[in-house]
Amino acid sequence: MKIRQQALSVLFADRASLGFLALLAAVGVLVPILNVAVPESSPLHLSTYVVGLIGKYFCYAILAIAVDLIWGFCGILSLGHAAFFALGGYAMGMYLMRQIGTRGVYGHPVLPDFMVFLNWDALPWFWYGFDQFWFAIVMVALVPAALAFVFGWLAFRSRVTGVYFSIMTQALSYALLLAFFRNDMGFGGNNGFTDFKDLLGFDLQSDVTRSALLLATAVTLAVSYGACRMIVTSRAGRVIRSIRDAESRTRFLGYSVESYKLWLFVFSAVMAGVAGALYVPQVGIINPSEFEPINSIEVVIWVAVGGRGTLFGAAAGAILVNYLKTFFTGALPEVWLYVLGAIFVGVTVFLPRGLVGLVPALSRDR
Amino acid sequence: MTPVFSQPRGAQATRRSLREMREAAERRKPSVLLGKVLYLDKLTVSFDRFKALNELTLHVDPGELLCVIGPNGAGKTTMMDVITGKTRPDEGSAFFGPDVNLLMLSEPEIVAAGIGRKFQKPTVFEFLSVFENLELALADNKSFWHTLVARLTSSQRERIDEVLEIIRLQTKRTAMAGALSHGQKQWLEIGMLLMQEPELLLVDEPVAGMTPQETERTGELLLSLAGKHSVVVVEHDMDFVRSIARRVTVLHEGRVIAEGDMETVQNDPQVVEVYLGT
Repeated sequence: MKIRQQALSVLFADRASLGFLALLAAVGVLVPILNVAVPESSPLHLSTYVVGLIGKYFCYAILAIAVDLIWGFCGILSLGHAAFFALGGYAMGMYLMRQIGTRGVYGHPVLPDFMVFLNWDALPWFWYGFDQFWFAIVMVALVPAALAFVFGWLAFRSRVTGVYFSIMTQALSYALLLAFFRNDMGFGGNNGFTDFKDLLGFDLQSDVTRSALLLATAVTLAVSYGACRMIVTSRAGRVIRSIRDAESRTRFLGYSVESYKLWLFVFSAVMAGVAGALYVPQVGIINPSEFEPINSIEVVIWVAVGGRGTLFGAAAGAILVNYLKTFFTGALPEVWLYVLGAIFVGVTVFLPRGLVGLVPALSRDR
Repeated sequence: MTPVFSQPRGAQATRRSLREMREAAERRKPSVLLGKVLYLDKLTVSFDRFKALNELTLHVDPGELLCVIGPNGAGKTTMMDVITGKTRPDEGSAFFGPDVNLLMLSEPEIVAAGIGRKFQKPTVFEFLSVFENLELALADNKSFWHTLVARLTSSQRERIDEVLEIIRLQTKRTAMAGALSHGQKQWLEIGMLLMQEPELLLVDEPVAGMTPQETERTGELLLSLAGKHSVVVVEHDMDFVRSIARRVTVLHEGRVIAEGDMETVQNDPQVVEVYLGT
C-alpha cells in the first residue's frame, strides 16, 4: 500500500510523466475506436495496418525505455538488448505455433510445420508447456531474466564495464543469432515462426484482436514507464545514478555496486522480453534476424535521439525514429541507413541531450 | 577515600550506593569518553628498500583533534592508508580501542568499525542535491531491495538536517552538488563522513585550494567536530595548523620526530632542521 501510494505520487507529481501517460491513454483508446467503431467509408477511419504499426512502435518504446533505464541512469551500455527482446518474442512465438494445431500445411496435431518438414517425430522437451498461455508468459519473463542474471552476474562480478561490456553484449547477441539460425536447435532455423492463427482463441487477423493487442501494448508501456519511474525516483534510483557518475565512490559508501547493476540489468531484460512478446503477434513473424547486432545498436540510437536519462524521451525517440524508418523504407529504401546515420550524428553533435533537450522544462535530470 | 556525600542515612546503605555508583561510572566510562583510542605501535611499511613508515608509534585520544604535519614523503598518507586498511604494514600493530585490530579488518569493515576518511580530492555526486548526497551516505541498510522502497524516517531526516547545519549548507539543501564551490564540496564530503557517524575522522589536506574565508570556516568546522569525534588532520598549510592545533605530531622519514603543542614543535631543533634545511 505504501509502495503504491509512493509510486502514484511519484507519477503524478511531475507533469512530464502525466503528459506522457495521458497521451498514451488517448492513443490507446482512440486508435482502436477509430479502427473498429468508425466505418471504413469515413475519413476518420484508421486502417488495421496503422493499428499494427502503432502497436509495433509501442513495443519498440518499451524496449527503448528498458535500455534507457540501464544506459541513461546507470551507464550500462548494453548493445545486446535486442537479444532479450527476441527471446521474449520466441517464447510467445512458441505458444502461437502450438495454437496452430491441425491448421498447419502438414496438419500435424502437435508438431509445428517445420518439425514435420525436418522429419522429427516428437516434440523436443523444451517445447513442452508452450501450449499453455500462462506458461508462455512465465517464460517470456523468465528466459531473458535468467540469461541476464547469469551474464550480468559474470560480467559485473568481474567488474567488466564500459565499452568491454558493450562488446560482450554484442557478442552475446551474435552468438544467439548463429544458434537460432541452426535448424536442429528446434526453433525453425532461418525461417523462424510465422503463419500464426490465433491468440487465446481470438483470430489474430481480426480488427478487434489487433486493436486489443494495441491496447494491451499501451497498457504495458504505461506500466513499464511507471515501474521505471518508481525505480529511478527511489533511493535506489539515486544510488544507481551515483554508480553512473562515480562508481568507486558509491562502493566506498558501502553500496554493493554489482548487485545494483545486476538487478537493474535483469529487470531491464525482462522488460525487453515482454516487449518482444507483444511484438510477435502484432507483426506476425519472429526469426533469427531479430538477434542481429545492428538491432541493438538501433535501440541505442532511438534512446540517444529522444534523450537519454528521461524515459519518456526514449519512448518518443523510438516512436519517431521508427516512424521515419517506415516512411523511408517505403519511399526511398536505399537511403534509410544514411538517414539513420545522419540523425545519430546530428543528434550527437547538436543535441547532446536529445530531442527532449529542446524543451528546457523537460530536460531536467530528475 | 573521602566520602563525597554529607549525612549518609546509614553506613551500609552508603557503602553499597557508593560502590554501585563507582561501578556504574566504570561501566559508563567508554561511552562517556565518546570513542576509542587509536593506537599505532611500531608500524613499518617498506616499498622495495624505501621505508615509508619506520617504526611509527602514535596515539590519538578520544575526542582529540590531532594535526599531523611533515614534509613530502614523510609517510602521512601511508599512515592514513594503514589505518583505513588500504596498505598492510610489514611490522607493528594498529588498534582502535582495546580490541579492534585494524590490521585484521577489510576496508569496509574498518569503515563500519567507525573510522571515516576524507580524501584530498573531493568526490561528491554532482548530479544529486546536497540533501541526496547526505541521504546516500546515511548509515542504513544499503541493499538494492531495501533502498527501492526505503523512505526517510523522521529521525534520519533530522540527522541529515543536523549535519547540514554542522557543515553550514542548510541554504544549499536542494542545490546540485556539482554547482557548489570547491570549499563547499569539501564540507559536503565531511558531512557525508559524519552521516556514517564515525568515532574517528581522518581528514587529508582539507584546505588545499581553499580561499582564506573557506579555510577559516573549515577550521571552525573541524574544531566543532573535535570532542564528539576524534579528528586527525593531515595538512601542509602551517598557518591553518597553527589556528586549529591543540596537539601536533611531526613526521619525518616515516617516524615521529616531535610532538606537543604548536609552540614546542616549532622550536624543536630537529623540526627546524627538517623544515628549513641546515
